[in-house]
Amino acid sequence: MARMKFLCDADRCIECNACVTACKNEHEVPWGINRRRVVTINDGQPGERSVSMACMHCTDAPCAAVCPVNCFFTTADGVVLHSKDLCIGCGYCFYACPFGAPQYPRVGNFGSRGKMDKCTFCAGGPNPENTAANYAQYGTNRLAEGKLPLCAEMCSTKSLLAGDGDIIAKIYKERVAKRGYGSGAWGWKTAYRETIAG
Amino acid sequence: MTLHTRIRTILGVFAIAFAVAFVTPATAQSVNPQQQSVKEDQLLRELNKITGRCTLPNQTACTIEQPVGRDWREFHQVTLRWIAAISIVGVLALLVVFYLTRGMVKIESGRSGRTVTRFNGYERFVHWMTATCFIILALSGLNITFGKALLLPIMSPEAFTAISQWGKYFHNYLSFPFTIGTVMIFLMWIGGNIPNKTDVEWVKRGGGIVGKDHPPAYRFNGGQKMIYWIVVLGGAAVAISGYILMFPFYGTTVSGVQLAQIVHGIVAALFIAAMLGHIYIGTIGMEGAFEAMGSGEVDVNWAKEHHKLWLEEEMGKGSSRAKAQPAE
Ligand code: HEM
Ligand code: SF4
Ligand code: SF4
Repeated sequence: MARMKFLCDADRCIECNACVTACKNEHEVPWGINRRRVVTINDGQPGERSVSMACMHCTDAPCAAVCPVNCFFTTADGVVLHSKDLCIGCGYCFYACPFGAPQYPRVGNFGSRGKMDKCTFCAGGPNPENTAANYAQYGTNRLAEGKLPLCAEMCSTKSLLAGDGDIIAKIYKERVAKRGYGSGAWGWKTAYRETIAG
Repeated sequence: MTLHTRIRTILGVFAIAFAVAFVTPATAQSVNPQQQSVKEDQLLRELNKITGRCTLPNQTACTIEQPVGRDWREFHQVTLRWIAAISIVGVLALLVVFYLTRGMVKIESGRSGRTVTRFNGYERFVHWMTATCFIILALSGLNITFGKALLLPIMSPEAFTAISQWGKYFHNYLSFPFTIGTVMIFLMWIGGNIPNKTDVEWVKRGGGIVGKDHPPAYRFNGGQKMIYWIVVLGGAAVAISGYILMFPFYGTTVSGVQLAQIVHGIVAALFIAAMLGHIYIGTIGMEGAFEAMGSGEVDVNWAKEHHKLWLEEEMGKGSSRAKAQPAE
């Protein structure tokens, strides 16, 4: 089985936000929630870089460890998913997540923030079928249809790579070798405890 | 070659040389755009997080990497559990041992049959309101810490979520009466709870619960004063940290919320351990103690043995003593 990962080649990202838009549209993500976002570091200064970030589907995921109701599970593809039926909206996964991925429908936070929402790697929820109920909760399950995440597919510069970790790491290494530079796979050390030589 | 063409040639050579000299460093620079670019390792080393500009209304989303979550996870999953388990189970074990060796502290001279008012209706109401909230807060809070280890294995995930969801509602809503009760306790009993010389004497003589002694005390003895300050200060600490958890990101970042959870978890665990001791003395630990908060009336002999100086004050007030507001 593949071990699915994301890789954002920050030297290519032009902050066009196509990935963000693709995600919101594909899954009809509710207003106020962004499963993926693009952040620009040192904006307007020399050396500025943009990084597209979502849930990294961590190895030994911190969110899953701290969840008081154990509602997370990792699929055979290494995708970290959770059950919205079991989530109590306590906010702990957000405190533990190194990438700020979990989001809540209500920011008022009183009593309940509502069910946590995050990137599913386009793999739906606990129930793999593409039913209307599943779609409303988690969005489409593209993986079940043999497709990869839409954000990476829509990326205008192919900066964002999504798929089998070994394959996207290889693509990235080839790029770095060819062009002679690369700022590394952002977040990989934190998420997967490994880096790709840049 | 005329002079004219010679000059032209020389100029041309200069121009090319100049162009080459000028252009070469420029192209060398553009080959390595990496030189100045921001680097993940360096940013993490400097700030331990990576934040930039993003176009979202939710500005916490502009932080894309913050590895400290891993440390907090360790605290939440391992450290807090040990602290809570050791303090709570430890105190329970001590109390069992203590009960088996010392037993209930009896009223030595027996009951006199006459009573004196110790706590009026208002005081008892505040006490029980706060205590009820405390117990529910403690159970629903401990469910967050230990529920998935202790309860989840013996029930379905759906049932456990239902319990936890209700627990969360109770924990969040009962925080308000609990906080109000703590403030009221602070105000109504502060007068009798300023530590003074009698407490030093009281502590030196083992407080009467350890030995067989009955050191004199005013309305609140040294031990009760300790409980009072644990409730007031502990209550303030859990309330402040709890409200930060309940309304996160109003003036705090993720690290602030993590810190609030650390304070909340540790103080709550120690608070629960201390209250177990309090509940023990108020019930099976001491004969005649529960009535003080039950009916509000205590036996005069009980008062004589445990709160001699207070009883003398009350008696001094004459016939109205039973109905009067207790002295400070
Ligand atoms: C004044 C009021 C309080 C407020 C506003 C408050 C708020 C909170 C919040 C928001 C949480 C996070 C989980 C959730 O959303 O349900 C929490 C957790 C917790 N609370 Fe409180 N709480 C208060 C008082 C107490 C008291 C009095 C106790 C104990 C006696 C307590 C014990 C705990 C425990 C053990 C946890 C779980 C800690 C963990 O494992 O992470 N709380 N509280
Ligand atoms: S990025 Fe955050 S939400 Fe995603 S698996 Fe890692 S810890 Fe969990
Ligand atoms: S918000 Fe939901 S998913 Fe996240 S830790 Fe709490 S219960 Fe688990």
